[in-house]
Amino acid sequence: MPPAPSRKERRRFPSFLRPMTTTSIAVEESPRIRTLLALADDALILGHRISEWTGHAPTLEEELAFANIALDLIGQARALYQATGQNEDELAYLRDPHRFRNALIAELPNGDFAFTIVRLFLVSVASDQFWRSAVQNDDPDIAAIAAKAQKETAYHVRHAADWLVRLGDGTAESHRRAQNALDALWPYTGDIVDRDAWLQAVAPVLARATLTQPAEGWMQPSGRDGRHTEHLGHLLAEMQILPRTYPGATW
Amino acid sequence: MYSQALNTRDTSTDSSPEAIRFQARIDDEQRIEPNDWMPEAYRRTLIRQISQHAHSEIVGMLPEGNWITRAPSLRRKAALLAKVQDEGGHGLYLYSAAETLGVAREDLEDQLLSGRAKYSSIFNYPTLSWADIGTIGWLVDGAAIMNQIPLCRCSYGPYARAMIRVCREESFHQRQGYEIVLTLCRGTTEQKAMAQDALDRWWWPCLMMFGPPDTDSLHSDTSMRWKIKRFSNDGLRQKFVDATVPQGHFLGLTFPDPELRFDETEGHWQFGAIDWDEFRAVLSGNGPCNRERLEARRKAHDDGAWVREAALAHAAKQRKTA
Repeated sequence: MPPAPSRKERRRFPSFLRPMTTTSIAVEESPRIRTLLALADDALILGHRISEWTGHAPTLEEELAFANIALDLIGQARALYQATGQNEDELAYLRDPHRFRNALIAELPNGDFAFTIVRLFLVSVASDQFWRSAVQNDDPDIAAIAAKAQKETAYHVRHAADWLVRLGDGTAESHRRAQNALDALWPYTGDIVDRDAWLQAVAPVLARATLTQPAEGWMQPSGRDGRHTEHLGHLLAEMQILPRTYPGATW
Repeated sequence: MYSQALNTRDTSTDSSPEAIRFQARIDDEQRIEPNDWMPEAYRRTLIRQISQHAHSEIVGMLPEGNWITRAPSLRRKAALLAKVQDEGGHGLYLYSAAETLGVAREDLEDQLLSGRAKYSSIFNYPTLSWADIGTIGWLVDGAAIMNQIPLCRCSYGPYARAMIRVCREESFHQRQGYEIVLTLCRGTTEQKAMAQDALDRWWWPCLMMFGPPDTDSLHSDTSMRWKIKRFSNDGLRQKFVDATVPQGHFLGLTFPDPELRFDETEGHWQFGAIDWDEFRAVLSGNGPCNRERLEARRKAHDDGAWVREAALAHAAKQRKTA
């Protein structure tokens, strides 16, 4: 906490003109920390989105599955934040939106069940490929996290792919919704690193789901530089409200 | 999270050999299993009680789910999400236990959505601050455990076995909730005020969770004879108060009851009169969140209709090609 303003300062600046103290933190981002934050923020933000389904999913079984996936992702985020050597809660709760390094696709609102499933599928296929290779990573922290994360992510891919096929090859309505979601989300997949490998894994599932793979056209920027959609600010305003409102409190 | 044994009318007029054998097995503390003969009233009572319990778990996901996106640390967020997931899991195996009695889960869900089935009145109260999450764990789950431990010995086997797992998870939730409140009470002035405010709002509704006073039970209690229910409402309520008041004092909190005092001769905490008008109002649909809770369940059900249809349509296609 900064010192309280002196009487002289109070006379010069009425309260509404005085600068507000901030609780925000900035992080020195070495290449390693930047990598960890990108991975952690992806997991946290997508995990948060999926957790929003709690109590509102289409079946009771899906409630449990979504909670599982959200828990996996939040767990991965925690391990990755901890690997930076900094406090996990400060990183999650006290950074402003432009300091988040997640890909834009993670922060988009859930939309309908088709949108949530298509996103989970597209993101999980990329994560799955990353974690499987990261088991061999030179960074022992990342390798250790990968050992656990690759098993979790393999399940996320399977779960999302199963649903994608059911929706794509279900009723006319579910097909329409799944195709709309795929078309809307495709431009947010531009920053996937090994795109060829990713396309190879995605295409057969889309075919089984009788969905049309969108053309490789214009792509949204990645978001990893901190330029986000309008949605992230709202997500963080909700997520961060308690630590921001009561700075320094322990929960 | 919660079940309440029902008071049932005495229907002990059946003197058939099956009925006599059935009661003898219960008196002998044997478990009744799905394929065993049972009186229709026993079956109906259990379906009603188990499904109400399942509905309570499902509706109970909403007030706590309200804070998942605002949990104040990542550890708390994960713990709360896991807890709410446990409740969904309880709902699932309670619906499964009810299905062993010859009902379909879909029909039970319809009863909930149409407003014909009841669920615990406690979930019609709002969660207004983070302290409510701790307080629900401490008090609501604490009250639920009091009700549910005896159900682990319920005469109906599938229900009794489901309750063993449910109780194990509930006691974990209860400790977790108490730990949240403890952290708040050791925290800043604002946090402690948050904890006190939550206790002020939840205390009386939690005492109502045990159901109406024993003096209001007009019918002789068949549920007791069938060993679905083993203790009276007032007995369980007193047990809960005796266990909980010292915990609250340890936290440095004040119970919102000026008449609360320890009776040395009885060895019990005596408490003031419960506002049963409020209880009846909430039960009949006029609690603060009754409409919202049902609306949320209906919306989830309606929004999910096309998903369930798609899954069925796809499964049918698979069967055709198989």
